[in-house]
Amino acid sequence: MSGIELIFAAFALLAWGSGLLAVTSKQVVHAALWLVVALGSLAGVYLTLGAEVVALVQLLVYVGAVVVLVLFALMLTRAPIGISHDLDASRGRRLAAALCGLGVAGLLGGTLVAAVGDHEVDPDTATGSPSALGEAIFGGWLLPFEVLSLLLLAALVAALTVSRGGGER
Amino acid sequence: MIHLAGPLLLAAALAGTGIYGLLARRNAIMVLIGAELLMNAANVLLVTASTLPAGGLSALARGASGPSGDPLIPGQVMAVFVVTIAAAEIGLALAVILLLFRRRSTSDLTLVTDLGEASESGSTPPRQRDGEPVTAAAVGGQSLQEER
Repeated sequence: MSGIELIFAAFALLAWGSGLLAVTSKQVVHAALWLVVALGSLAGVYLTLGAEVVALVQLLVYVGAVVVLVLFALMLTRAPIGISHDLDASRGRRLAAALCGLGVAGLLGGTLVAAVGDHEVDPDTATGSPSALGEAIFGGWLLPFEVLSLLLLAALVAALTVSRGGGER
Repeated sequence: MIHLAGPLLLAAALAGTGIYGLLARRNAIMVLIGAELLMNAANVLLVTASTLPAGGLSALARGASGPSGDPLIPGQVMAVFVVTIAAAEIGLALAVILLLFRRRSTSDLTLVTDLGEASESGSTPPRQRDGEPVTAAAVGGQSLQEER
């Protein structure tokens, strides 16, 4: 096991473990904060895979913005601080959900590993460098990029309309 | 060199965790956290795919290693796009959740079983015209003097 593999394994275990805590925690704020750890360590995973821009975008957008939005929504919906027992569904549904999750993970992991699992790749930081990615985005990916900015604008306007106009009726 | 099994198993485990979060949670915001984990599982796969050599899996089988010289780097660009779409999605979803909370004063998804508005004839859910929605009392949750 090489050094980079060890670093990758550490980040991956951290991401998965804190992701698991984020979906099982009995306290809403703790769940949101475990999500921060999971998303942050995923940025580390991207770094070890040689995608430095994706790692930075992950930190900026996910850890910076999305989690703040989640915490903001928790405050606005007056989520209880402390342990709350009505976060999870009944025991039977939790069991069914766990079975579904295990099934998805098993099928997906089994298929992927069986297909390509026995190969090694050599991540190269040059492909993920800002200049290379910038040339790609503003070259061949320009149209999808512009459409994406339109999508963001539409989402912004829709969020504004939904949250403003709806409450008065 | 990184063995490909690692990132692939991580993506599968994250997807399973996300599915569990989507199905087992009752609070709408906690359900969103599960959806975020699912999107990140997809992102891990996309970034992993960008490390494949030119020609993809078949080239890998022939023994080539190292990332492709593809100037478009599809995997990483699409990963950035997915992050952006996730940001748009969560902004809109939180607006919907806030609207739900303002009208029904709950973010518990099991209590929201109807799609439409409460009708005047009143077969559908308990929601009074003025003041406190009945659902709040039913949950025993935070009663709310809404600032409306």
